[in-house]
Amino acid sequence: MEHHAEVLSGAIWQPRPPGWRDPVAVLLVLGVVILLGIGIHEMTTPFVVQHQPEISLSPAVLPYYTLRTVMRMLAAMAASLIFTFAYATPAGKSRRAEMVLIPILDVLQSVPILGYLSFTVAFFVSLFPGSVLGPELAAIFAIFTSQAWNMAFSFYQSLRTVPIDLDEASRSFRASAWQRFWRLEVPFAMPGLIWNMMMSMSGGWFFVVASEAISVGDLHLALPGVGSYVAVAIEKRDLGAVGWAILAMTVAILLYDQLLFRPLVAWADKFRAEQTAAQIVPKSWLLDLFRGSNLHQVIGEPLAAAMKRASRARLSFTGRRHRHPRWSPPRVVGESLWLGLLAGALVYVAWAVARYAGSALTWKDVSIVAGDGALTLARVAILVVLASIVWVPIGVGIGLRPRLTARVQPVTQFLAAFPANLLFPIAVFLITRFDLAPKLWLPPLMILGTQWYILFNVIAGASNFPSDLREAAASFRVRHWSWWRDVMLPGIFPYFVTGAITASGGAWNASIVSETVSWGSTSLSAGGLGAYIAQMTDAGDYPRIALGVAMMSVLVIAANRLLWRPLYAYAERRTRLD
Amino acid sequence: MAEPTPPVLDLRKICVTFAKPSGEPFPVLANIDVSIQEGEILGLLGRSGCGKSTLLRVAAGLIRPSSGTVSYRGAPLVGPTEGIAVVFQTFALYPWLTVLENVELGLDALDLPTGQARRRANAAIDVIGLDGFQSAYPRELSGGMRQRVGFARALVSNPILLLMDEPFSALDVLTAETLRTDFLDVWASHQLPTKAVLTVTHNIEEAVLMCDRILVLAANPGRIAAEIKVPLAQPRNRLDPAFHAIVDEIYSILTARIAATTDPHGRVPHGLVQQLPEISADRLGGFAEALAASPFDGQAELPGVARSLTLQVNQLFPIAAALHMLEFAELHESTIKLTAAGRVFAQSGTDARKRLFREHLLHFVPLAAHIRQILDEREDHRAPRGRFEFELEDHLPEREADNTLRTAISWGRYAELYGYDDRTQVFTLDHAAG
Repeated sequence: MEHHAEVLSGAIWQPRPPGWRDPVAVLLVLGVVILLGIGIHEMTTPFVVQHQPEISLSPAVLPYYTLRTVMRMLAAMAASLIFTFAYATPAGKSRRAEMVLIPILDVLQSVPILGYLSFTVAFFVSLFPGSVLGPELAAIFAIFTSQAWNMAFSFYQSLRTVPIDLDEASRSFRASAWQRFWRLEVPFAMPGLIWNMMMSMSGGWFFVVASEAISVGDLHLALPGVGSYVAVAIEKRDLGAVGWAILAMTVAILLYDQLLFRPLVAWADKFRAEQTAAQIVPKSWLLDLFRGSNLHQVIGEPLAAAMKRASRARLSFTGRRHRHPRWSPPRVVGESLWLGLLAGALVYVAWAVARYAGSALTWKDVSIVAGDGALTLARVAILVVLASIVWVPIGVGIGLRPRLTARVQPVTQFLAAFPANLLFPIAVFLITRFDLAPKLWLPPLMILGTQWYILFNVIAGASNFPSDLREAAASFRVRHWSWWRDVMLPGIFPYFVTGAITASGGAWNASIVSETVSWGSTSLSAGGLGAYIAQMTDAGDYPRIALGVAMMSVLVIAANRLLWRPLYAYAERRTRLD
Repeated sequence: MAEPTPPVLDLRKICVTFAKPSGEPFPVLANIDVSIQEGEILGLLGRSGCGKSTLLRVAAGLIRPSSGTVSYRGAPLVGPTEGIAVVFQTFALYPWLTVLENVELGLDALDLPTGQARRRANAAIDVIGLDGFQSAYPRELSGGMRQRVGFARALVSNPILLLMDEPFSALDVLTAETLRTDFLDVWASHQLPTKAVLTVTHNIEEAVLMCDRILVLAANPGRIAAEIKVPLAQPRNRLDPAFHAIVDEIYSILTARIAATTDPHGRVPHGLVQQLPEISADRLGGFAEALAASPFDGQAELPGVARSLTLQVNQLFPIAAALHMLEFAELHESTIKLTAAGRVFAQSGTDARKRLFREHLLHFVPLAAHIRQILDEREDHRAPRGRFEFELEDHLPEREADNTLRTAISWGRYAELYGYDDRTQVFTLDHAAG
């Protein structure tokens, strides 16, 4: 899922022109996905996980389950942060690393997370045979993948846009690489990083629910958590239990926001790079409480002092580095060696895919997957258009009223974070109850959770719309359709595109759990690529899962390249005054 | 007689070359020799784009020269070193650090114990007049206070050589004056271990107020056009005739350079690639009007007109250069004089002014004439921007080429010589007058 949150955080997003690197990265990533799928298929050891605790439907254990779910979220966030520093730092500093790492990251963020869940489960279970640690790590990994790519991108972009004067200052004071990283680069990247963490966290709840209870072929896993609780409730047709789960998740998300993100955002406000004072200073009662308490003096200050000492340590092993000015000529030999190495890896992957896929898959599979892909693509397109028609006028209406915005925006943020898959059972219950056509009524579930991104961004756009432009329009009595066409829609366009990208990306992911759903023994399917992947996962047919995932990734990447990025670049260009 | 001490910093035959988009080298600085002696404030003065900031970065060890040597107190300089500190035009304060932490940053590389670092930082803050602001964040401070932090941060490491890159140009006139005076007081009181100062500026009066010696740089490529000694005692008085004489002398040197580089008759070799100043036609009109009216009556000394219109030198020279280029005015020593056409230009209404501008644009700006000619020759009267960019980038680096083309677009639109569609990046004759 792509989040282009940079519009909101104020940075400029520079679209890279697509070049030879993109197809290469697509081939690399998808090749590895397909190979993994086939490889796991050929592993003969059956996966058995013993001692799986029974999932109880008693509301009394729900707080414990919620806690387990929340712990998974935290673990994934820590992992994402480490990954971000480890992955984006070389990409931001070395041109050669960047050449490989960034296109791969770009493709990775377009691969549907729920699609390869089956691989990662199989992989982690085989890594820790017979232990729950395997499925536990697989669930954490699923959440990790929903956050890490965005965060790494955000950090990489920050590294590339460190203001030149701050960079020169740190060089002229001879900061070591370690000092520079902690004193300049990380603080500069902090606002974007936290914003992206928050946005991806919204997606994370969806994936944690989906990844706790999963069946791949004969392997049935259920980790103690809200997701498994709902899965059991669906199996037993217990609508009351679903209600309890929704309540528990609501509380968990609200607490997460109040106890973690609110304080984090308020604290990170000091890292804003603009030199002007902000109009709205983010506040957090928890942070104020902590700063005013004794706890702060006892724990906070020594901790801060220790961290400061650590960030100031020189830790310079390489001695002083002398940067050549950037115009130094390319070193031809190293470059060609590097490119040669890449080409070799590529040829190997292509060869391996062709060989193994040829034995496991037929052209008929490809044509089935292509047809299903077209169906889901059409659904995503129609749903995004419908959601836009509904939410753009409403969002503008809200965004132009500051007091209403202040009240509604936290709600939309919450709705975007709430895992829509918890609501699916209710919808399915209604569909079976009233005997509705699944092909017509299941697809809207895809956009149930992600439509809020459109609303959220449109509200943000409308409330940031310059008031002088609004007053000008009012004084020239621009009204009705021409007001929308000439004044408001162009003004919110970049925001809308950001929201729509996120919404459509989320819808692709959601299709895997919403095109096929069940209620007790009743099973409904709407067809499409999501349903295909879900069915193959159920059957444990790894080569076909891989094929489905690859097809979905290609469609998502194509949509990004051919539609969203040009739209975004256009919006950037047209709404700029200088 | 004692052996002469080596200069604090010695730059020998410095060349800096950047690559043009075509890959060819573009010289920014050519063969520059500068030595900074103990006890002096040396000024680097020049118009924007003459490479003075690049030269300062070479002196700081931030940029390596393409050729030539830099030695600091007799030893070769290979990178930022202890003993050289920089004050930045944009202050370059870390927004997430407090004033005290920003100042302590200047000591990070010295690896001092925490207590000692804090004592030194507080001492520097005290000297520079920031006491009481230690816990403030930069965004809470005014521009002047921010630059004081910049000074404190540079001075805290007790540098031998202080480099200042247009330190006052981001401040308003009054604040700049206060800060400059405060700095000169600290310098004169010998409280600092600092032995020499190199300052970059485009403000002629500021240079004459502060410096013991001024190097005037000429552009394309950057080189030293003149060296001027300022033998006046500190504090200096702007009204002093000797002060005036030096300011006028520098004006004459700079205008002579403009006249030479924009002379419409002496530009044959690269006619097309004459760099156009980024000045709107409206600004030219406004300046011409002011010059035509009393008290100037069509002729003025540049220092006087700068003062009376409250223009900075870096704002004044591009206007003068553009008028000279279009033959609406003539530059001679430090005087600017409207031509007959310039007078008409100043006194006409919009339409007549546009017509005259159009005529002069066609005659005296080869790039504009070239664009029009290409459009006339083509059947559909359209030409992509890229085509002209490509031609310009043969001779100019990317940014300069882009700026020149932007000015050509703006002037051409004003003159209705040709139109330009930014969406498609294409020149057209759509809005051009017949």
